[in-house]
Amino acid sequence: MVMNAITPIRTPAEQALIGAFGALRDSRPTSAALEGLRIDGFARFEASGLPHRRVEDWKYTDLRVLMREARPLAVAPDASVLLAAKVALGRLKRVGGSRIVLVDGFHVPDLADGGALPEGVTVSDLAAAMAQRPEIAALVTGQPATRANIAFALNNAFLTDGLLIEVAPGTELGHALDLVSITSDGAPRLVTSRVVVVVGAGASAGIVETHCGPAGVEYQKNVVMQVVVHDGATLEHGRRQVEGDQALHLATLEASVGAEAHFDSLTLTTGAAVSRSQLFVRFAGEHSNVTLRGVSMLKGRQHADTALVMEHAVPHCQSRETFKHILDGEAHGVFQGKIIVQPVAQKTDGRMMSQTIMLAEGPSMDNKPELEIFADDVACAHGCTCGELDADLMFYLKARGIPHKEAEALLVEAFAREAIEDFGAGPLAVVEELREAMLTSVTDWMRARS
Amino acid sequence: MPAVQETVEQVRAIDVDQYKYGFSTDIEMELAPKGLSEDIVRYISARKNEPAWMLEWRLDAYRRWLTMREPDWARVDYPQIDFQDMYYYAAPKSNAAPKSLDEIDPAILETYKKLGIPLREQEILAGVAPENRIAVDAVFDSVSVVTTFKEELKKSGVIFSSISEALHEHPELVRKYIGSVVPTTDNYYATLNAAVFSDGSFVYIPPGVRCPMELSTYFRINEQKTGQFERTLIIADKGSYVSYLEGCTAPMRDENQLHAAVVELIAHDDAEIKYSTVQNWYPGDSQGKGGIYNFVTKRGDCRGARSKISWTQVETGSAITWKYPSCILRGDDSQGEFYSIAVSNGAQQVDSGTKMIHLGKNTRSRIISKGISAGRSQNTYRGLVSAHRRATNAKNFTNCDSLLIGNACGAHTVPYIESKTASAVFEHEATTSKVSEDQMFYCMQRGLTQEEAIALIVNGFVKDVLQQLPMEFMVEAQKLIAISLEGSVG
Repeated sequence: MVMNAITPIRTPAEQALIGAFGALRDSRPTSAALEGLRIDGFARFEASGLPHRRVEDWKYTDLRVLMREARPLAVAPDASVLLAAKVALGRLKRVGGSRIVLVDGFHVPDLADGGALPEGVTVSDLAAAMAQRPEIAALVTGQPATRANIAFALNNAFLTDGLLIEVAPGTELGHALDLVSITSDGAPRLVTSRVVVVVGAGASAGIVETHCGPAGVEYQKNVVMQVVVHDGATLEHGRRQVEGDQALHLATLEASVGAEAHFDSLTLTTGAAVSRSQLFVRFAGEHSNVTLRGVSMLKGRQHADTALVMEHAVPHCQSRETFKHILDGEAHGVFQGKIIVQPVAQKTDGRMMSQTIMLAEGPSMDNKPELEIFADDVACAHGCTCGELDADLMFYLKARGIPHKEAEALLVEAFAREAIEDFGAGPLAVVEELREAMLTSVTDWMRARS
Repeated sequence: MPAVQETVEQVRAIDVDQYKYGFSTDIEMELAPKGLSEDIVRYISARKNEPAWMLEWRLDAYRRWLTMREPDWARVDYPQIDFQDMYYYAAPKSNAAPKSLDEIDPAILETYKKLGIPLREQEILAGVAPENRIAVDAVFDSVSVVTTFKEELKKSGVIFSSISEALHEHPELVRKYIGSVVPTTDNYYATLNAAVFSDGSFVYIPPGVRCPMELSTYFRINEQKTGQFERTLIIADKGSYVSYLEGCTAPMRDENQLHAAVVELIAHDDAEIKYSTVQNWYPGDSQGKGGIYNFVTKRGDCRGARSKISWTQVETGSAITWKYPSCILRGDDSQGEFYSIAVSNGAQQVDSGTKMIHLGKNTRSRIISKGISAGRSQNTYRGLVSAHRRATNAKNFTNCDSLLIGNACGAHTVPYIESKTASAVFEHEATTSKVSEDQMFYCMQRGLTQEEAIALIVNGFVKDVLQQLPMEFMVEAQKLIAISLEGSVG
């Protein structure tokens, strides 16, 4: 049949991205290691174009429709941009200890805050590290599942530099690192950034990412964080996505977890018009545990997608995935989770749960909690619920004199708390800081609603 | 935890090399020329003396099929099918409209006897209570050879015949309903079926009638290199009830044979259709050689208010299964149910599940699915539950468990849960402990162990249906009933 002969019609966004790649290649030559990644990423993008609803992983987030045009690539911030960023940052409460700042995807050491980096923590340029250290170059290349992802491929295509954050083996951080990625006001841009976090053996650390930007600006952001948690190490990872209301936000988190290690990640999504948070997590050593959680609170016509792949590639590991959606207005929530248990991964214990509360008649929710199991001695489960606030509970609270709105807020907070409350097993201060920041956001969102 | 020994033994008893229906019948057949073309479509239509509109309908489907691409989203892997290398029509030569059983080739009768399917009404009558009788439509390759109890059913107004016969006797009914649930444009295999379907069963239950006996169709593929494309159409008019059973087997052959059927169910106001399948097509040998490709589109339309459609399936056969019996819950307060046990052994690949599409208000659906994979097989549950904007107060409960025996096989779960209305309540559970706690408590309080209680609850409905199946249908099913859920995963 003639189907194969059809040449794809490029959308304006695709054409713009192809053009931007050409321009970037001419204007900003980089190291050989980066060049290989860029070419590979671009080739993957060029071959498949923007993912659309016929691509199973993107079934509910059709980028051809949701990303009508691609913004020009962000440029290094000038003095006026930095000044505006400084003002905006001043209003953003710091979570944890030292603050590391990216403006429009560019690392700005001058805006660092909260004192010097703690002992054992180093922050360096990724490109330079890749050139000197093959293990870092290999890490940045990504795992096969991540490499096949188009958002990741696009990030690679525009990769000119990034940030390498290392926590030396045995280090115990008293406070979380506060990583802020802020987008500047003005003409909308496409911001890409790459952050690599390596937690050395036996170390214990926390990091919280905050992604923010101006309201009313249709900027686009495609960010990637790659994490390695070495044997016996612990990493608490928090992520606050509070982008501007018109933004498009694509985020990829890739993590590899060593033996007897612990990785706990919590994402809070309230911002952006369209967002997608992708998690690719893999066990690389036995007797480890991973917890992935998320709370998405959406209103208006917001669209937020969480797509995770949890791969049990070794025996005796435990993973928990708990995701909550609170939907208002005509918001659209998506949860696609997949637990893969490889044939060798006996004694795996995996549990995935996705729960949704709808606060209005208008929202919609699409769930796809998948299990892919190849080992016979495992305990895996998934659950999914979707509905409105329990009428009985509402009645109970109202019968005790609590006004409707407050009763709603109370129940929603309790619902969100389930995902947040037992966050973290690392140093107490780090965990407390993260948990408090998240719970405050939930309360604020509910308050803003009424 | 791993599967318990008892389960391992039970699954072993129905392993692919234990296939009992692998014999073939030597009989003179009339075959259409090999391959597929417009001429073949015309040939099939002409053989059946079909009205002109039916031929047009088929040709439309065929032309559309030519523009379609084979679906590749299912988790099954098989070599490209050569649609020109098979026969689309195969009928026993002697079957020139037999008036009674005596005119049917004795070899065919012998085949059904060996399969344990009762075709002689008087034999059934002896010693069987009237309410336990069962009417059979026996489909042999491309044609229906006999339909039993037709006269008796007619007395209650029930029409039960082969679809070719119905096209002549009740063309208005067939024309009104055929393709109204699974349109000719639906999917690759359904479109192919629309073009070349050769026979199948037709059932119409008039308003207010409770069908006096179980109806069933027994499908047998016998001829080499043929595909079987049957089409079943069941209409339950207002306030009626019917229970329908379907069984299928095929000889052991080294080649793969294609079975692409379409089943359409229509339930009007207050009607109920219970559709049960014991699918035991030849699964191929332990190395994956041969076996049936079972690519089936089954869909029920709860068109009327308070209607109910329930699918029960016991799947042990076929090299590859690709089937998703679904319910469109269009009428307000309508109900859909899906109960499935799918066991895969050897090199079998199963990608099966259901779709519950909630369109009407207060619609309810329930999905209980149990997949067991052993050997080197892959067993996937793929299901969709969706509620549209209008489907206020829709409710769904889904429970799917899977069990692996050995670490060379795979069990996968791919549920899609889509809700567009806040008042819809969807619950998807993949843990055995969450089977209605009240029921569990009730059973355990009466002295059953937890495992016994779970088996009783999950299988309760299935057992109920299976007990009404003819004995031979039941053999595999009975073995499955006792299978322990211990060690199952989500």
